[in-house]
Amino acid sequence: MSGFLSIRNLTVHLRGGGPILRAVTMDVAPGQVHGLVGESGAGKSMIGKAVLGTLPRALEITGGEIWLDGVDLLALAPAARRKQIGATAALIPQDPLTALNPGKRIGPQITRRLVDILGWRKSDAEARARDLLDEVHIPDPVRVMRSYPHELSGGMRQRILIASAFAAEPRLIIADEPTTALDVTVQKQILRLISDMQTRHGTALLFVTHDLGVVSKVCDTLSVLYAGKVVENARMRRFFMRPIHPYSAALLAATPIYTDPDRGLTPVPQTVIDAVEREVEHHDVRAGA
Amino acid sequence: MALLRNILIRLITTLVTLFGVAVIVFVVIRVVPGNPIAMMLPPGATDADIARLQAQYGFDKSIFEQFVIWLGGVVQGDFGQSISLRQPVAQLVLGRLPATLELSLMALLMAVLIGGTMALLGTLFRNTRTEGAVDVTAGMALSIPDFLWGLVLILLFGVLWPVFHISGRISPSLNIDFTTNFYLFEALVRLRFDVVADLIGHMFMPALALAIPLAAIIAQLLKQSLKETMHLDYVTLARTKGYGENHVILREALPNAVLPTLTLVGVQFTFLIGGTVIIERLFSYEGLGNMAIDAVINRDLPLIQGIVILFALLFTLVNLVVDMLYVVLNPRLRHA
Ligand SMILES: Nc1ncnc2c1ncn2[C@@H]1O[C@H](COP(=O)(O)OP(=O)(O)O)[C@@H](O)[C@H]1O
Ligand SMILES: [Mg+2]
Repeated sequence: MSGFLSIRNLTVHLRGGGPILRAVTMDVAPGQVHGLVGESGAGKSMIGKAVLGTLPRALEITGGEIWLDGVDLLALAPAARRKQIGATAALIPQDPLTALNPGKRIGPQITRRLVDILGWRKSDAEARARDLLDEVHIPDPVRVMRSYPHELSGGMRQRILIASAFAAEPRLIIADEPTTALDVTVQKQILRLISDMQTRHGTALLFVTHDLGVVSKVCDTLSVLYAGKVVENARMRRFFMRPIHPYSAALLAATPIYTDPDRGLTPVPQTVIDAVEREVEHHDVRAGA
Repeated sequence: MALLRNILIRLITTLVTLFGVAVIVFVVIRVVPGNPIAMMLPPGATDADIARLQAQYGFDKSIFEQFVIWLGGVVQGDFGQSISLRQPVAQLVLGRLPATLELSLMALLMAVLIGGTMALLGTLFRNTRTEGAVDVTAGMALSIPDFLWGLVLILLFGVLWPVFHISGRISPSLNIDFTTNFYLFEALVRLRFDVVADLIGHMFMPALALAIPLAAIIAQLLKQSLKETMHLDYVTLARTKGYGENHVILREALPNAVLPTLTLVGVQFTFLIGGTVIIERLFSYEGLGNMAIDAVINRDLPLIQGIVILFALLFTLVNLVVDMLYVVLNPRLRHA
């Protein structure tokens, strides 16, 4: 059990249906950045949701363990699980335009849970929110805290959500494609900001993305997911030099940053897709699913 | 400035609407058969007697002339004289208005409480039998109109298990002199809880009969709206912060889910006020609606006009309040 977050053989099924996650195993070490890559629909978001206890009702966890700070979340009663998650982990969501409550001012959206759940004094929580907004380079935090979400730009809102995620000093942050919904010009800044904040606060970060190029910039370790199955867990350097799984190698070849720009991109070859499909099916047979 | 302009436009449309209603009512009740004067006089009155009274009330003039005379009075606050009750219409109608207002607001309160509770239960226990039960109950409640609910309630709580009064607004034996006609409100302010209990005992069944269909509509709309809101990202984010299901529903989802429900509830509330006409009759509740039926039976044209105008004004006011609430509750419109 090496990780601050340690997922062991996590299996998730559609209720009364097929598998969504197949015996997923991965570790996020304390203070490290772990990338989770895979194409759209591979199940990346569902891993994050399983950890945070927000899986859609149509899905259910059918096996495995999720250890967070030495506690197996799946062995806890719902209320205790919620408490453990709220106290140790936080989410930076994908779409800043829908992740803030449109009916509430920014300030309370950051401070309320500090007061309600963690028992902070209101003035302390507000001071903390101001500091954090400052830290994510939001001009005039006091004014922003009095604003409603619709009065702010997407980039501003994502900064606010980042600040909010760090508010209770969580030791793990899950960022689910935190820049995909943003303008290309803003994406780099936000990525940089998350990386800086992570370094400064020493938080472990599970960074979910479909973009291997982004992973190469910010991550220490990574997992490659295909059709709900982890095909490779690796340290960054080793992965980029010597990917073990053919799907990983193909994914690398399809990523602009590590290909010769003159040669163009190589799409994942059909032979590799077929091989990994067989492997995934083989796993299901073995697991008796 | 935009606000001022809006208020002005609102005021003008209200006046135009009321004028339109006045014209239609004025013409319709004079075209349908039935002579108010003939109904006032004892049998065997001479044609001369009838003609004299016709002239006294102005019924010998053309409809257009009558309307102009009536409108001239209205502008000065004079809605004419009731033929059957022989008192100024304005005084009669305003005297009855508080009874109907109290009944309607009580019904609205009940509808919001019952419908809101059902919606919340259906959301808390979504995809279970409880949600199914909420759907079936709401569907049943909606398929029966308010006056039939009135009869059902009379059977239940008036006959089989007589716990509520089935007629009237207040027990005559009660020892209290009211200074206003807002009995319930006044009794509450004066802390006369014996009187409050008696008033509610009278109001309970008619109010509930009016409330049931609206409660069902609220249950359906609000539950649907809540269900959609529960999937939104900010609700999910609140869950990851350690909040429980109750907090998530009540504090995160509900305030936003109420908005789309509000406008429709406003419209439905005006239907509820319309429903008081029959319900007040059924429970002999002395309000505007009951008076309206008597006025129609007696062909009391000035009184009918007065009541209809007042109802129309009430509907417009309800819509105005709903629009204002919508702005107050929706931060996106508040600064516009
Ligand atoms: N609410 C849901 N009901 C049924 N299936 C779902 C639901 N949400 C996601 N899935 C399925 O789970 C799989 C993984 O989805 P997701 O984790 O969102 O992929 P991604 O890797 O793009 O984040 C997809 O195949 C999707 O169809
Ligand atoms: Mg996703």
